[in-house]
Amino acid sequence: MLETIAQHPIAAALIALIGLALLFGALLGFAAVRFKVEGDPIVEQIDNLLPQTQCGQCGYPGCRPYAQAIANGDSINKCPPGGQTTINELADLLDVEAPTLDEEHGEEADVATVAVIREDECIGCTKCIQACPMDAILGAAKQMHTVIADECTGCDLCVEPCPVDCIDMIPLATSIKEWRWELPAASHEQADNLIATDQGRGSEQNSGEAA
Amino acid sequence: MELIKVWDIPGGVHPPENKTQSLLEPLGPLAIAPQLILPVSQHIGAPAKPIVEVGDQVLGGQVIAEADGVFSANVHAPTSGRIAAIVEHTVPHPSGMTDLCIILDTDGKDDWTPLSPWEDYAERNKDDLLARIRESGIAGLGGAGFPAAVKLNPRANHPIDTLIINGTECEPYITADDVLMRERAQEVIAGTQILAQLLNQPERVVIGVEDNKPEAIAALRKAAEGSAIQVVSFPTKYPSGGEKQLIQILTGREVPAGQIPAAIGVVCQNVGTTAAIYRAVRFGEPLVKRITTVVGEALQTQRNIEVLFGTPVNFVLEQHGYQHKKASRLVMGGPMMGFSLPDLSVPVVKTTNCLLAPSKKELPPPEPAMACIRCGMCAEACPVELLPQQLFWYAQAEDLEKLETHNLFDCIECGACSYVCPSHIPLVQYYRAAKGEIRQHRIDKEKSDRSRRRFEFRQDRIAKEEAEKEAKRLARKKAAEEAKKKLAEQKANTPAEPKPAAVSTQDTDKQRAKLERLLASAHERLKKAEQPLAEEATDEQAEKQAASIKQAQLKVSDAQKKLDAFIASQGENNRQASSTEANDPVAAAIERAKAKQTMSPEEKLRNSVESLQKRLQKAEQKVIEAKDNKPDMVEALQQGVDKLKDKLSAAQNELAELTPAAAAPATPANATPDVAQAAIERAKAKLAMSPEEKLRSSLESLYKRLEKAEQKAAGAKQEDSDKAEALQQGVERLKEKIASTQKELAEATLSTVAEETPQDPATSDAASLAIEKAKAKAAAMATMSASDKLRNQVDSLQARLEKAQARLEKAEQENDDNIDAFRTGVSKLEEKLATARDQLAELT
Repeated sequence: MLETIAQHPIAAALIALIGLALLFGALLGFAAVRFKVEGDPIVEQIDNLLPQTQCGQCGYPGCRPYAQAIANGDSINKCPPGGQTTINELADLLDVEAPTLDEEHGEEADVATVAVIREDECIGCTKCIQACPMDAILGAAKQMHTVIADECTGCDLCVEPCPVDCIDMIPLATSIKEWRWELPAASHEQADNLIATDQGRGSEQNSGEAA
Repeated sequence: MELIKVWDIPGGVHPPENKTQSLLEPLGPLAIAPQLILPVSQHIGAPAKPIVEVGDQVLGGQVIAEADGVFSANVHAPTSGRIAAIVEHTVPHPSGMTDLCIILDTDGKDDWTPLSPWEDYAERNKDDLLARIRESGIAGLGGAGFPAAVKLNPRANHPIDTLIINGTECEPYITADDVLMRERAQEVIAGTQILAQLLNQPERVVIGVEDNKPEAIAALRKAAEGSAIQVVSFPTKYPSGGEKQLIQILTGREVPAGQIPAAIGVVCQNVGTTAAIYRAVRFGEPLVKRITTVVGEALQTQRNIEVLFGTPVNFVLEQHGYQHKKASRLVMGGPMMGFSLPDLSVPVVKTTNCLLAPSKKELPPPEPAMACIRCGMCAEACPVELLPQQLFWYAQAEDLEKLETHNLFDCIECGACSYVCPSHIPLVQYYRAAKGEIRQHRIDKEKSDRSRRRFEFRQDRIAKEEAEKEAKRLARKKAAEEAKKKLAEQKANTPAEPKPAAVSTQDTDKQRAKLERLLASAHERLKKAEQPLAEEATDEQAEKQAASIKQAQLKVSDAQKKLDAFIASQGENNRQASSTEANDPVAAAIERAKAKQTMSPEEKLRNSVESLQKRLQKAEQKVIEAKDNKPDMVEALQQGVDKLKDKLSAAQNELAELTPAAAAPATPANATPDVAQAAIERAKAKLAMSPEEKLRSSLESLYKRLEKAEQKAAGAKQEDSDKAEALQQGVERLKEKIASTQKELAEATLSTVAEETPQDPATSDAASLAIEKAKAKAAAMATMSASDKLRNQVDSLQARLEKAQARLEKAEQENDDNIDAFRTGVSKLEEKLATARDQLAELT
């Protein structure tokens, strides 16, 4: 065996190379089948970051279509309900610079709102029920409708179709349980340009000059 | 009993203790405030549910709000009084927000509900003890307010080997626990024994006290003499008093991230809580008051007080000479972990261990924060070995994911990092905010996941509905297409309308057969009408018979006409190859015939004539009867009979006028069957003729009729009959008809060159002649007797028979088409002749 290899070094090398090529080819082929990924996982990930209000403010009919659009290269700053947090998360995920929210698509709401139907004015037309992407409105034809506040995402979509304008977007009241501390931003910004050693430097210089 | 080894915790700071000010004065009582504000949520967990109503009188120790579930605590009335309101009121919380509070107007009497002391609490079982602790509404007095009963009932998979009583009180200024341990060491030790009993006497029962409280340590040690309780002192360092830090100091074990001390076999309780548990178990006293440190340079008196829950902070401060101008702010809790109160109307609650009213000099407002210089002092100070700098950066950038991976939630918010920060960065505030953000984010995430599921479910549902609709639509479409196809096939199979040649053979045959059937049935009826006449020979019967015969004749002629029209149209169709009109004239003719059948006035008249005849018969019978029985009635009856006769004759006249065929003859009622027979023959002859021939024959017959009519008219005039005028009219009408027929004939002959069979006019002449003769005879017969009539009839029949036989012979010679008709006519005539002869024989 060794002798034959020694006698035909070129042939032996060729055989070895071909053998290796076949081996790795088979390995790769197996991996391609075994670890196949169904669909586009990035869309799933983007969709997970979006707030799922299904409000359509981005210009797409729901959060998933927008996720698909982002995956296809659309800009990531079109989601006002998600706000800067969502943009940052998306930027993180896609490894791009985080832009600010595109105001064209709406402003980030300070407080979450929830739709409330003025029930004595409701005529029971079911238009808001059809508009609600969450199935968060209960009611039947010619019966009073009402919003399940816990399911409402505050997307506004029910306000437009209401023929009697009896739907209000009410800011969600924060109870003492939901209250949270806020970032101490203001005082920090103020002192940003100061260094401790800068304080009183002018007076020192003045005194030095005097001396 | 081995001595416990004391461990050290990482980090930590040594802020000025400031614990002496409040210890100068002894623990003092506080007057009962006129109004107590009792929040239903003074603990961690579900808020208690108020069980009193506004206006209720309550006694001290009475439950006014019940625990809602296990993770909750009862709220008791601290003293007697009246429930003034149950409203939202500002509560001691960093948010400064409101929460539900029970407002109690105290009456100052401090009447209490009867308590049930347990002398033998040591023998009570665990469940009874836990129930009593729970009922007493005891929550952790150290600061968090965790319901004590829950903590003392660890899960079975968490065996407890160490009970730690926390007397550390590491925060500056606060001396409440120190005072308690000094003054009520016995209660603390007794409480500890109860806890040990509850936890099945764990291996180690330790009371941990910092070494800055030598008096408390001494008191406790004295009280604990002879028991298994160890009182351990360790070096003062902030924040040793944190539960997890104390556990680490006394056991060397660290509580894993996100878990509770029970997971490593430790239960930790505050000394204040322990004493409260003792009082609750031993005396049945619910938790309605606590020891609180009231301290700060803005106060004239700084001391520890035993204060009822619900006492408003401003009431407490008033009692201690609070100088508002001097105070920089008012802090509930210590300077490190406490929070500023935005409103002094808030009450003292179960977790209020200190009210700090510092002067501006004592606790200046926080200096403006500066940029982080990455000095790393915060990391050194952190007792849980976090990386405060990194957390700070991530908190600023709101990078929540990074914050979590840097274990933000292990931060105990002790404030050591902020304390050491040379840039005065309020680090803890960042962490608190970041924690809140993350919690919110988790809630949002949960909600968005739920929203996604709901949305996807909705999409699926809509898609399903659409699919169902689509399926239904497709099914309908398919059905419609199939129906269309069928229709098209049917059309293809029945090209009747567009292809005339194909139709006509079948259809016209049918039509023709139908019409012929009609004709045959008309003949049949005519026959029937003729038959009874032979048997009965009275005048009236004859008239009646004649009327019905007339009707039958009409029908026959009608059917004949239709058949003619049909044949004519068929011929045209064949020529023009246009079929659309094929059925129309026939159908119209049929319609007309039917209409005539149902509504002719003739019929009505005939009916009336019939009924009159019947009545006449009856009347005559009555007259005969009357002649026999009642001679006096005869005259009246005879008059009725006369009247009836008049009526009958009038009706008959009318009928005669109505029957057009009988216009010319003066007495149509007397027409014999011969007339009908002749008409039939004539009709049959016509059947075979072309329209042109028909016209000609009819013209000729009209000529004949004219001649006869003129003769009759002349005869009538000679006799000076009243019928002369009517006859004259008939003559004139005939003349008109002749003129119109001549015109038609001229037109017909112009368009077609018709071949005239020589015998046709002859036959038709003969036929019409026979008819005319018969009619004339009938007119004559009207006045004759029955036997005369019959005789005449027989004669005429014989004559007709002879003529018919002659024609038959002729036809046979020339092989005429009508030969069958002639034959039947002859045979019929023979039959009639025979019956007429029989009748005549009978009569004579």
